[in-house]
Amino acid sequence: MLSIKMTVNGKEVSGEVEGRTLLVQFIRDHLGLTGTHVGCDTSQCGACTVHVNGRAVKSCSLLAAHVDGDTVDTIEGLADGDTLHPMQEAFRQHHALQCGFCTPGMVMSAIGIVNDNPDPSETEIREALEGNICRCTGYHNIVEAIDAAAKEMRA
Amino acid sequence: MYDFEYQRATSTDDATSRYSAAEDARFLAGGMTLIPVLKQRLDQPSDVVDLGDLDDMRGISEEGGAIVIKAMTTHHAVNTSDLVASKIPALAHLAGTIGDQMVRNRGTIGGSLANNDPAASYPCAVLALNATIKTDKREIAADDFFTGMFDTALDEGELILSVSFPIPEEAGYRHFPNPASRFPIVGSFVAKGSDGVRVAITGAGPCAFRVTEFEEALSGGLNPDAIRDIKVSDDGLNTDIHASAEYRAHLINVMTRRAMGE
Repeated sequence: MLSIKMTVNGKEVSGEVEGRTLLVQFIRDHLGLTGTHVGCDTSQCGACTVHVNGRAVKSCSLLAAHVDGDTVDTIEGLADGDTLHPMQEAFRQHHALQCGFCTPGMVMSAIGIVNDNPDPSETEIREALEGNICRCTGYHNIVEAIDAAAKEMRA
Repeated sequence: MYDFEYQRATSTDDATSRYSAAEDARFLAGGMTLIPVLKQRLDQPSDVVDLGDLDDMRGISEEGGAIVIKAMTTHHAVNTSDLVASKIPALAHLAGTIGDQMVRNRGTIGGSLANNDPAASYPCAVLALNATIKTDKREIAADDFFTGMFDTALDEGELILSVSFPIPEEAGYRHFPNPASRFPIVGSFVAKGSDGVRVAITGAGPCAFRVTEFEEALSGGLNPDAIRDIKVSDDGLNTDIHASAEYRAHLINVMTRRAMGE
């Protein structure tokens, strides 16, 4: 077993993991942060997206040990108390979810998109979302939400 | 995933010595191929040697008329590098077409080349730009590097340190993405440099290869009309549920013309 520690949503956490333990398993099973979802388990759907050192990554495709010492942000860390992050609020306002399963990954990817490109066009948003799959196919409102949140985050 | 011994290298020397000491090790770069492969139990290494701490294996510089990209540099870093964008914009563009933003944030040029997936994007750029791959043991010319499907000239335990891309006069890259996976069904990289014109294709065959009949036809300049009527043979090209060999052969011509701006 390996001892690892990292900063998750601003808090220092530590744990004992196997070499093969995935980051998403550490987040969900060791830390109990089940907002990060495992959708496909084949690295294609993006439901497990979190930020490591400020960059969007698929937590099902990283070893927990690989992230030892790094900073991780998950969907649970976005809201400030009862105040939603602008991206979460935009998803709510624009009904950018149907079943909601892909939503945590969508929101984390969307923040990554807007961090890299604060004023994305609709085409740029659609292209940048290529790593996230919504099986309800509710992409249209997701794109609208990201566009609205980008405006809010620029303000 | 089968369990393995996880090891974290502290230097490139440490990485290669840990690799040699293990029974059956793999290097872990960005992990965008290795981790999914391990999850599917398609591989069972005794040890995984993580290169993630080796910051001296990351970076992009200009050296003697070439852009040198260290092996652990991510696709995102290449895609957003002002230096790459100003000297070899086609290479920056190519890096931005790999996978999705999450893959580009972790995946590395060294990992991509060592894996040599038939549909990987970088190999055709390495071949067309006549790049040199520097390892812990030697320098390998692009023409000698890609030896077959998922096969390279690298010896067991040999570690890619950097890739040196001579700056071309002109270059372009276009690919036809699989609508689902976004991997290139066919990608074409065209470069005109001091060695003349080189055209390299990814996605169509077992690994990236050059199209010499295009190169000869383009020796007078990068003019799409010069290759329009050249039919590439479909002999040895890949056939799968996404595209037949015949269709891929057709796409080689179309993508090469688009790479020249058509």
